[in-house]
Amino acid sequence: MTLEVVAFWAFAVVLIGSALAVVLGKNLFHSVLWLALALVSTAGVFLTLDAEFLAAVQVLLYAGGVITVVVFAIVVTERLVGEKLSHTSRRVVVSGAVSAALLALIVRAISRSPLQLPKPALTGDMTREIGTSLLTRFVLPFELLAILLVVGLLAASYFARPEE
Amino acid sequence: MGLSAYLMLSAALFCIGLFGTMTRRNTVGILLGIELMLNAVNINFVAFSRFRGSEVGMVFTLFAICITVAEVALGLAIVILLFRSRRTATADHIDWLKG
Repeated sequence: MTLEVVAFWAFAVVLIGSALAVVLGKNLFHSVLWLALALVSTAGVFLTLDAEFLAAVQVLLYAGGVITVVVFAIVVTERLVGEKLSHTSRRVVVSGAVSAALLALIVRAISRSPLQLPKPALTGDMTREIGTSLLTRFVLPFELLAILLVVGLLAASYFARPEE
Repeated sequence: MGLSAYLMLSAALFCIGLFGTMTRRNTVGILLGIELMLNAVNINFVAFSRFRGSEVGMVFTLFAICITVAEVALGLAIVILLFRSRRTATADHIDWLKG
């Protein structure tokens, strides 16, 4: 077993385990912390795919930004009601059956399709290629993304403004 | 590792997220399930991109991550707003538009 295979299985086990903890846990705050672990192990899976830049973005934006925002929202809303948020589940059996059926369908489709192509050798620096195509071929979506982030920032602060 | 191992990992993650989105009563819990599903899609994008030897899928993942961050910020702003006016975070109680 090479290091890559060991790393993939380690990250995969941590990822699936923490994802199950997110959806099955009783405490909302613990769910958010398990989500942080799931997002960091996703960054690890990106590393096994030679996507170092995306792994860094994943840790910075998701595990850093999103988790901070979610924790902040939980703390603020719990202070607003003055009690712990309830975090129960419903329709567990039906939802579990639907999810398992979907998983079985996808796994069946994947195992039947001829996907056994070998991983091609890296042709140079992936981060450099991402940067080059981001500012040449995809420069218009890149600028639209900047507009979207500004609009999102304004809208979020407008929604959460103090009451008059 | 082969491409299908990554696709299966991603499928499992997506189904776990779908389960969470369907079962949770709390709006923040539903958002966490959606996050898991988006992560599964990102793994698929990066895996296909790496196995094709092209960087386009990774650029798309970058866009997807940024849009998800904006989506979470807006979703939580809406949750806080609903809390102010209705004192609830349970999705079943937010039914003003019910016919």
